Amino acid sequence: MWDESTLSMLVQGIGETLYMVLASTLFAYLIGLPVGILLFTSAKDGIRPHASVYKVLDVIVNLTRSIPFLILMIAIFPFTRLVAGTAIGATATIVPLTLSAAPFIARLVESSLKEIDIGVIEAAQSMGASDFQIIWKVLIPESKPSLIVGCAIAVTTILGYSAMAGVVGGGGLGTIAINYGLYRWQGEMMLIATVLLVVIVQVLQGIGMKAAGLSDKRKK
Amino acid sequence: MSEAIIEIQSLSKTFRTKDSEVRALNNINLTIEKGDIYGIIGMSGAGKSTLVRCINMLEKPTEGTVLFDGHDLSSLSSKDLRKVRRSMGMIFQQFNLLMQRTAEQNICFPLELAGVDKTSARKRAKELLELVGLTDRAQAYPAQLSGGQKQRVAIARALATNPKVLLCDEATSALDPTTTTSILALLKDINRRMGITIVIITHQMSVIEEICNRVAIIDNSQIAEFGAVEDIFHRPQTAAAQKLVYPEGKLSDKMISKRCMRIVFDGNSSFEPIIANMVLDCKAPVNIMYADTKDIDGKAFGQMVVQLPQDEALAQKMFAYVRAKGLSAEEVNGYVG
Repeated sequence: MWDESTLSMLVQGIGETLYMVLASTLFAYLIGLPVGILLFTSAKDGIRPHASVYKVLDVIVNLTRSIPFLILMIAIFPFTRLVAGTAIGATATIVPLTLSAAPFIARLVESSLKEIDIGVIEAAQSMGASDFQIIWKVLIPESKPSLIVGCAIAVTTILGYSAMAGVVGGGGLGTIAINYGLYRWQGEMMLIATVLLVVIVQVLQGIGMKAAGLSDKRKK
Repeated sequence: MSEAIIEIQSLSKTFRTKDSEVRALNNINLTIEKGDIYGIIGMSGAGKSTLVRCINMLEKPTEGTVLFDGHDLSSLSSKDLRKVRRSMGMIFQQFNLLMQRTAEQNICFPLELAGVDKTSARKRAKELLELVGLTDRAQAYPAQLSGGQKQRVAIARALATNPKVLLCDEATSALDPTTTTSILALLKDINRRMGITIVIITHQMSVIEEICNRVAIIDNSQIAEFGAVEDIFHRPQTAAAQKLVYPEGKLSDKMISKRCMRIVFDGNSSFEPIIANMVLDCKAPVNIMYADTKDIDGKAFGQMVVQLPQDEALAQKMFAYVRAKGLSAEEVNGYVG
């Protein structure tokens, strides 16, 4: 079974998985980061409390987070087709992955920002910092190590979702594992694909933790 | 130098929660003049931290006005207010440094906010690091600095934009006594050399004694008493002031008459053994009941309470002796029960 076509299929699977995961993470952060910041700033003890903005975001984030990924993926097929031109394959899977991960990321970002000592924000205000400057020069740089850890968690979670997408033709290693392992009873293939997924998770998680550690200046 | 820089007029602040109202400040009137080192002292919960935050509008007063350099701060737009805040530096009990920036980058921070270019900002940071004596720690992160060093960086950062006023919120409360003394000396030096007005919030009378020229005592959300430090320290009028001046909680209404003399050391030479000489001179012993003095640069600061002999003439002689040495002495009743 270790012929050239199998190998190239696995290599392609790895490539597709990485492509899906990294692209989805990027897009999900484009949505999740601003939403997370807004959740933090509009909260009751935030720098610009705004009850209705907070409430609306809070409800949307909770609602979307509670929809199981597979259901969401199938439910938005028409939307996915509209955006990606197709509903199957790696590119198409980026759409539901992004939508599903964005609210999760918003919460991760919000909790990272909450770790910042409120006194530091107050100090910046006492120096005449605008809200935008506080976000850009205090909140994000000060919570960078925690944001990176959050990103590593997000990537691995998205990787898990992407494998699940294999059930409905999502592409990547998940599809290989399901097509060969489940539908054709080729256990080894499923095992290989799964091991590869585990390795990718380990590597991404390792890189994330290392980067977070290096960026953190709070240690002596 | 008797021009007001901060004028607080009938200021009140009420915090409202869902089912209760807390009046943190009640009708505060206070004038701080240019060049003052103005102490605001009170027990915790008295409202002093809220008061200092009203000065730079981190807390918006519920009623009343704050005039800074003649401008009514509550009437300013948020943009103008941010600009004004650059002329008011602030330091905190917990230092509040940016943990992911070096000492130098922390000092550059307010300059970045003000749009100063990088080269000028770094040049200014260098000057300030020198001023606070941390030139060799420029590239250290806050986590690598001691408490006193962190506060020095915070002071340098607060001074970066050349403020007219420096607000200190319990700035020495997290520091040990030696470090406190050195930070206070630095503040005094800054006040003298740059003419920056300093407002100090504290719960420690020793801080007020050491560097302030004026003091306001805040008690129960109100100003109980204010004036020159010597006056308040020598003759505290209100119960709140007395509680702070006699920190061991002497109850002035516990009037069992046993004569005591309270002596205030206010920068007299610490080389002269005043009490011992007085005893030798009057040929009668005294009993030291309370003493809290310290030596700063060969000068004695603090106070002492001694129990006097029964003999009236001797007691009078002792009062006369102490006063002749240029010390302030007053009779206190009810110290010994």
